[in-house]
Amino acid sequence: MKLGLVLRELHRSENHLALDLLRISERHQVDHEIYHVARDIAAWSQRHVRDIAEAAVDYGVDLDAEPQAERSLARSVREKSSELVGRARTPGLLLLRDLRALYLDAAGVSVDWEMLAQAAQGIQHTDVLALTERCHPDTLRQMRWANAKLKESSTQVLIS
Amino acid sequence: MPQTDRIAEPWGTRTPYGPGTPWPARTDTFLADGVTADEVDRWVQSATILHSNGDALDIAVRDGRMVGVRGRVEDRVNHGRLGPKDLYGWQANADPARLTRPLVRKDGELVEATWDEAMERVVSNAKQLMAEQGASAIGFYTTGQLFLEEYYTLGLIAHGGIGTNHVDGNTRLCTATAAAALKESFGSDGQPGSYTDIDHADVIALFGHNMAETQTVLWSRVLDRLAGPNPPAIICVDPRMTPVARAATVHLAPRPGTNLALMNGLLHEIVAQDWVDHEYIDQHTVGFADLAQMVADYPVERVATICDVPAADLREAARILGTGERLLSTVLQGFYQSHQATAASVQVNNVHLVRGMLGKPGCGLLQMNGQPTAENTRECGADGDLPGFRNWSNDAHVKDLAEVWNVDPMRIPHYSPPTHVMQMMRYVEEGSIRMLWVQATNPAVSLPELARVRSILTQERLFLVVQDIFLSETAQLADVVLPAATWGEKTGTFTNVDRTVHLSEKAVEPPGEARPDLDIFIDFGHRMGLRDKDDAPLVKWHDAESAFEAWKECSRGRPCDYTGLSYDKLRGGSGIQWPCTEEQPAGTERLYADGQFWSSPDYCESYGRDLITGAPLEPTEYAALNPEGRAVIKAAQYLVPHEIPSEQFPLQLITGRTLYQFHTRTKTGRAPQLQAAAPGVWVEVSAHDAEALGLAEGDLAEVTTPRGGLRAKARISGIRPGVAFVPFHYGYWDTSGGHEPDGQGRAANELTMTDWDPCSKQPLFKTAAAAVRKVRDGDGSPAPAPSTGSASVTPGVPATAGGAEAVADEDLSATRPGGPR
Repeated sequence: MKLGLVLRELHRSENHLALDLLRISERHQVDHEIYHVARDIAAWSQRHVRDIAEAAVDYGVDLDAEPQAERSLARSVREKSSELVGRARTPGLLLLRDLRALYLDAAGVSVDWEMLAQAAQGIQHTDVLALTERCHPDTLRQMRWANAKLKESSTQVLIS
Repeated sequence: MPQTDRIAEPWGTRTPYGPGTPWPARTDTFLADGVTADEVDRWVQSATILHSNGDALDIAVRDGRMVGVRGRVEDRVNHGRLGPKDLYGWQANADPARLTRPLVRKDGELVEATWDEAMERVVSNAKQLMAEQGASAIGFYTTGQLFLEEYYTLGLIAHGGIGTNHVDGNTRLCTATAAAALKESFGSDGQPGSYTDIDHADVIALFGHNMAETQTVLWSRVLDRLAGPNPPAIICVDPRMTPVARAATVHLAPRPGTNLALMNGLLHEIVAQDWVDHEYIDQHTVGFADLAQMVADYPVERVATICDVPAADLREAARILGTGERLLSTVLQGFYQSHQATAASVQVNNVHLVRGMLGKPGCGLLQMNGQPTAENTRECGADGDLPGFRNWSNDAHVKDLAEVWNVDPMRIPHYSPPTHVMQMMRYVEEGSIRMLWVQATNPAVSLPELARVRSILTQERLFLVVQDIFLSETAQLADVVLPAATWGEKTGTFTNVDRTVHLSEKAVEPPGEARPDLDIFIDFGHRMGLRDKDDAPLVKWHDAESAFEAWKECSRGRPCDYTGLSYDKLRGGSGIQWPCTEEQPAGTERLYADGQFWSSPDYCESYGRDLITGAPLEPTEYAALNPEGRAVIKAAQYLVPHEIPSEQFPLQLITGRTLYQFHTRTKTGRAPQLQAAAPGVWVEVSAHDAEALGLAEGDLAEVTTPRGGLRAKARISGIRPGVAFVPFHYGYWDTSGGHEPDGQGRAANELTMTDWDPCSKQPLFKTAAAAVRKVRDGDGSPAPAPSTGSASVTPGVPATAGGAEAVADEDLSATRPGGPR
């Protein structure tokens, strides 16, 4: 049984997604909706990290329940540089690149949840199945958000 | 006939009535000093333009000049009544500061020009940008104060002619969440309720809606019910001690930014007590199970802690909402301009859906508008949506619209949601929108974070066109200023909150060379050489009535169907509620009477959005969710607001309005009685905070947030402790700064943050952290705050009064021809 392995991978990928969202928020502070919504939904991944760590105990896997934190200096540098380039035309392309990466990372997390759900069903571990049912929809919403922002932003960036 | 100071008595004399009986008539009249009714040459039909209520009136004309107004007793909306802004506001039309000639910027200065010169400058810039970059370089920012015919023409020119996706109205600031919440729950915009629901309701719940100040005549109707037999219970959700709160059976004053938690808690209790119409839910809705699961996490005790509201009050409010037999709910800026705006407003819709209270007398839902013609901005596509509540992500709808306009469907931008104003400002900031055409609105005062807005609008590389009636703060920054005619100087129609369409006829000539907005748009379309696919002129109408006829065809078969209306039918008599068709020639009082909704996947205006992220649903997702076209019950979790109090900024700031002023005071600030009633900015704090801050009534205070600061006299009021309130009306046009602060600021939006609801894109004006400190003692005079929602708790502060200048007639012997409707 390799459920512990999947949980360990999910713990890693959710931590990574949360940091992704926080970074995209800070890099694009002058795009206010990106800034605020990315922070709001980063909290979902952080909650998943805690829940995964809790579930992993039963499988003998020791994971840190505390989501990885950002170094605050790096954050303030990114926020400041976002402000400084706010009047330039290039941040649009950076935004598209970041949203594209975010979408792909969220898709990775989504398939991790998919795999975990399949395994949990196979061995009838209802607690883990409930965990996937609780968390996976959040991942799909994170993906859809990245996709929707890409769709909304790309026209102006690419034709102007 | 009572002679009443309507500044002191904004709601006038009571005419009590009981449930199910007609609201008595009362004809209100105000004429210029020295003019009597029999000296009036003509009474010209119109409706009110300084709020969203849509009260019908006649404009008095003598010797070619406006000399007063009188309520239209035959109208279904007001039964003859008028509010203070209507009684006195018309005087601004004749103000000597009106724009009478076009202005163009030469060597840095705005100088007078001919219409030809000004329009050629606009057109040559637009053509050059189209050639260099395409339509993505051009944005239009309109208003909630033009007429239907003007919005429809603008929508055609922008969407079908220029082909830009950058079209929005300042309705984004006032009513975007109303539209978004209706789309989420019912698949389409369209007000379910009717004002007549007040006549029948046994419970009236006002969610973030200070109706007493924003729609005074509607509040008179409520007051008359409260004064009559078997009055309704009133529930008020508002952090301020407003006149509504003072009249309430239960007043909930939540911590700003917690509306969604509050609503989840009320619904928790309604579901837990099973005050639920299961048959209605089973037959007419989808999504109830998700709601029940979501609100299970919001027991009353938890919500009481989040919102800082007594649990007993929450339970009592839920009991009244859950056991009333005829529940009327209204929602406005307290919800729309606050954190999680759409999600909280949708929960009000959900109260009605789970209780099965829609489409029956007294069972009304009014997602309110702020401005007089905001409904038309939405219907006609001047807020960026497609006209006739067509769905931009439904190809069949775009094809249908393209047939109405006789253009190629590809010419109509529909690849993504329309660009809302805050995003437009971002595109201007980074330089990809290079021409912005602003009409009848004043973003340099009304948008959040003004220092940022000014820095965006003053960029050299932006070509700014402003079309207005006065040289507003924004107009002072323009490259071209186009002088417009306004209400009473042009003909057109507009539609109020409860779908009542009124005709507003031209009463007097506009000043100087000012032209109706419709004429300006048509002229622009022709000068741009905009053609349809058969090479005929794109704009095929030449005046208001022909534009209205064209709009009727565009609206055919859509929810806002106007095909049964005409100017002749609207002339005389009462306004009429859409949909109005050949089959329903008298209009439609209430929507969704039979639990049938406009939400089927092939008909709906919107597939909805994620209430937290704002991501639009894909067509397939919506079709799977709601294949049969039922009402959609959606729910969302409460999130902590994006800016919360800190040591440095310990208070929560909310901005808002007063009864006596409108928007940025371009008109009301020039009506003497209104200006005198609320002449300057103030900041409202509770007695509790005042004591901690060492503030007394009338002291000079400074309010700061991370964005900026302002100075204002302090009003100690009944507002919730921990909250400060500043009215947003006061900019700089009547100060030495002109368009910006000269030294200390006074505009509330110096303080507000750039953040908006991800679903409705409405900016949040009621969720910011702030600090207040005393600058110096007052001179003994109180703050200029009026005694309505800002009433002082300090003894000895006199009530607001207008005196002899403000005396108006109230004819209580008036009766309505044809009886009540």
